[in-house]
Amino acid sequence: MSDIILETRGLTKHYGGVHALEGADFAIRKGEHVAIMGDNGAGKSTFVRQITAVEQRTRGDVIFDGKPVHFAGPIEAREAGIETVFQNLALADDLDVPSNMFLGREKVRFKLGPFSILDNKAMREATMGGLVKTGVKIPNILNPIRNMSGGQRQCVAIARTAAFHSKLTIMDEPTAALGVQETAQVEKIIRTLKEQGEPLILISHNMRQVFDLMDRIVVFRRGRICANLNVKDTDPQDVVAYITGAKTGAEFEDV
Amino acid sequence: MANSAHGIGGLVFDDKKKARAPEWNVFFALILIVVVFEVLGMILQGQSLLFDTDGRFDSIFNEQRVKIIILQVSIIGIIALGSTQVIILGGIDLSPGSIVGLTAMISMSFAQVAEVNGMVNPKLMFDGVADLPVIVPVLIGLVVGIAAGIVNGALIAYTKIPPFIATLGMMVAARGAAKWWSKGQPISFPTEGYATIGSGMMPVVIFFSLAVLFHLILKYTVYGKHTYAIGSNEQASRMSGIKVDRHKVLVYTIAASLAALAAIVLSSKNLTAQAGMGVMYELDAIAMTVIGGVSLSGGRGSIIGTVLGSLIFGVIISGFTFLRLDAYYQEMVKGVIIVGAVVLDQWRQQRAAARL
Repeated sequence: MSDIILETRGLTKHYGGVHALEGADFAIRKGEHVAIMGDNGAGKSTFVRQITAVEQRTRGDVIFDGKPVHFAGPIEAREAGIETVFQNLALADDLDVPSNMFLGREKVRFKLGPFSILDNKAMREATMGGLVKTGVKIPNILNPIRNMSGGQRQCVAIARTAAFHSKLTIMDEPTAALGVQETAQVEKIIRTLKEQGEPLILISHNMRQVFDLMDRIVVFRRGRICANLNVKDTDPQDVVAYITGAKTGAEFEDV
Repeated sequence: MANSAHGIGGLVFDDKKKARAPEWNVFFALILIVVVFEVLGMILQGQSLLFDTDGRFDSIFNEQRVKIIILQVSIIGIIALGSTQVIILGGIDLSPGSIVGLTAMISMSFAQVAEVNGMVNPKLMFDGVADLPVIVPVLIGLVVGIAAGIVNGALIAYTKIPPFIATLGMMVAARGAAKWWSKGQPISFPTEGYATIGSGMMPVVIFFSLAVLFHLILKYTVYGKHTYAIGSNEQASRMSGIKVDRHKVLVYTIAASLAALAAIVLSSKNLTAQAGMGVMYELDAIAMTVIGGVSLSGGRGSIIGTVLGSLIFGVIISGFTFLRLDAYYQEMVKGVIIVGAVVLDQWRQQRAAARL
């Protein structure tokens, strides 16, 4: 079982009396792309927030890279190798692409505490590398992000995860606000990540996208995982049946 | 890889599309305002504002007036360097004027001479505390500034109250402390060393040196990058692992330290310190900053812009005096220009957004 990069056992989150997430057992292997689907309020985002430690779980275990982990916050999770592309883009609009790529982990030429001298050249080059790797097209990486299209901005956010060789990438509805072409660009990046064998958890409402890109679909309903389906063995109607509760599967089973 | 230093993924970067740096707009505004005053000067006074028309100087400029213009904005300019950083961070600082008053009082009381004209200094604040080396009052002044800045920053970062309120509190409290320090009495007769700090063109030298220093810091250090990042998107900065709260304390501390430095220069220049020193300085500093193109919504602006903004400010003040217009008009026009600068900035942003 050493090829499992992330596993959760009985992951539970209560907000006061609200049981947003109840006993989620989940696993993702290295190189695997897993979709998380479910209705609004089904617990998808809550689940991700527990893994990335944006919130602290009520109980349950998270085993990442073979070790049980207890991240104090999203920064620790990221340092451990879990990169998250949040629904609301975590980008600074007034900064250029390299500054955003290296936000909070700038390369420095000369260490002087807060007054460390930036190594702009190295960051520019690494940015180019990261963007080439993901096939993103941006006319001028030294322009502020503000002047870019939603797709380009999303690509920067995603390329950021690719550039840092994360062990696991999580995307929370990365194409929700994008147009057709921009969506295609983001999907291309996801394919690139797949070819490179980088594991990915994708939250998405887009059935076509999920069936095109993912290996496995995990369906959440009312805070529980209600289905764990292999993309090859299922079809969209089936998934919709699980999402709406028309069909209820066995408890989580290891595929 | 010649052109692809900018463009990526087969897209070629067109240099012509690159937006002009906003500082150029401020620079053009400065030129425009100078031209306006030159024209008005020729019509109303029959002489030039900045240029040497009657051959009194060796250069083409009316050196004396140019010097006065820069000198009179230097001290507030030092404060504006701090305001620039605070505003880029997405905050606001109303306390520098009062910190000037408080720091001037405290510094000066450690900078006094023992004897004036052979008599014991009648204004001596503390018995026996006189004729200290100049470093003592300077360091004490800086410590006052740093302490006030830490209080400002900590209030804003950790109690999460709006910067406006936190620094308003400091503004009122520091002014009170300035009055309390000597029970309202002015403190005078500084040592020769202390008096040198603000003598002659020293304020200008100090202002420009600090401007260069902070320009480099904002542009080339992690500190600068994080200041812009937090002003641009605080939540994203937090999620990216920037220690936002700590950084805020640092920025407000630097701003208050700059105000303390301005106080030292000012009290040295005036050879006296009074509790009422620096009233309204914070607003003039914010005005310089805003005129210089620093966005009040944070994330945008530069030290170069603020320096240009301070020069615009100086030209306007001198221009009005030169035209022998009432000081009342001066203040009214100052108000109009501050609001105008912000309106212009917003209009420019909207146009830039519409172009996409």
